[in-house]
Amino acid sequence: MLEAILNGLGGLIAGFQCLEWRSLLMLVVGGVLLYLGIKKDCEPLLLVPIGFGCILVNIPVADIMGKEGFLRVIYSMGIDTELYPLLIFVGIGAMTDFSPVLANPVTFLLGAAGQCGIFLTLLLALGLGFDKLDAVAIGIIGACDGPTAIYVTSKYAPHLLGAVSVAAYSYMSLVPVIQPPIMRLLTTDKERKIVMGSVAGQVSKTTRILFPLVITILGGFIAPKGLPLLGTIMLGNLMRECGVVQRLTKASENEIANIVTLFLGLCIGATMAGGAFLNPKTLLILGLGFVAICLDTVCGVLFGKAMCFFSGGKVNPLIGAAGISAFPMSARVVQREGQKYNKKNFLLMHAMGANAGGQVGSVLAAAVMLSVLSGMGIIPH
Amino acid sequence: MDKFTFGITMLVCGMGGTLLTLWIMSLIMGVLRKVFPYKKEEEN
Repeated sequence: MLEAILNGLGGLIAGFQCLEWRSLLMLVVGGVLLYLGIKKDCEPLLLVPIGFGCILVNIPVADIMGKEGFLRVIYSMGIDTELYPLLIFVGIGAMTDFSPVLANPVTFLLGAAGQCGIFLTLLLALGLGFDKLDAVAIGIIGACDGPTAIYVTSKYAPHLLGAVSVAAYSYMSLVPVIQPPIMRLLTTDKERKIVMGSVAGQVSKTTRILFPLVITILGGFIAPKGLPLLGTIMLGNLMRECGVVQRLTKASENEIANIVTLFLGLCIGATMAGGAFLNPKTLLILGLGFVAICLDTVCGVLFGKAMCFFSGGKVNPLIGAAGISAFPMSARVVQREGQKYNKKNFLLMHAMGANAGGQVGSVLAAAVMLSVLSGMGIIPH
Repeated sequence: MDKFTFGITMLVCGMGGTLLTLWIMSLIMGVLRKVFPYKKEEEN
């Protein structure tokens, strides 16, 4: 009898007995993510479920990510199948207005320049000893686009999903802190004060409807391995622009995006078990993610300076910093920085064009990268 | 394939491919803007 009671009581303290320092530390990390999301308003839609998922998975004995754990079920449903990031992309496409970049198509090139950080960071990661596909997953943090980073990482380096996702979303929310010093360092006072005229004209509805079709078809032929990413964001945008499927558009922007965001956040948090997450590699990945965003900004501003030179001083190089996919945060950063040096300068719409170009550029860069990997035989056709 | 070759190939083909694709898209969208100009009546 006594033995049975003692065994029963043993079941109540098993969690405490099995607690180790790694799990305890990750409980604190989960708490920090919750603090950043709730108190500091840093990407709360993602950091709150990620933080909570991190706490759940680090409570011992519960085995919540075990074979029959409920987080494993959600994980298998949408991360193993790569469905979650693609569904979120439909919502993102439905929410994004690409008119600023269509009004001035040359800003697509700024969107391309803003992706340089991906490939430079990939080289750096290889130099630091990471394997090829791990380096690809780390480089993609530079896309500054959560669903793209999650799609590539869950497919080719799933063991890095926790670190890459936390890096991608955390640094995206830190763009207003990371970019301004780099923008000031790389531009002269005269360049920062360049006033750009109003954005050329409006874009017809036909052009706005044809845009997602052109991107999907052309991008799909050039980079077929990335068609799931390209196709879903452009489907969302086509639904928005055609205007005849408003129920589907609203559902994509709201119900679908919200449900998937919740599940995605929990799954990312679920990959942050102490034993797997706490190692020197994770710190290195977080560091490389920071470098990737910095390199994106550097390359974007330098490309902006080149455009300024070749246009005879008509382009303000600051808009180059908006060529990353942190939409529309980066455009607002450029507007604020431009206004600091010249109150008459309204760079917002030009920066929005570069920012929207960056959104397309990041998806295309990932698509091109996957197709090049397939061509080299690193990943199967 | 060694890591250095892999990295340089990714840089050249990846970044080059991205720039080239977006440049082509900017040209196509520029043409489409001219072929389908904005008309106020159509929007209303």
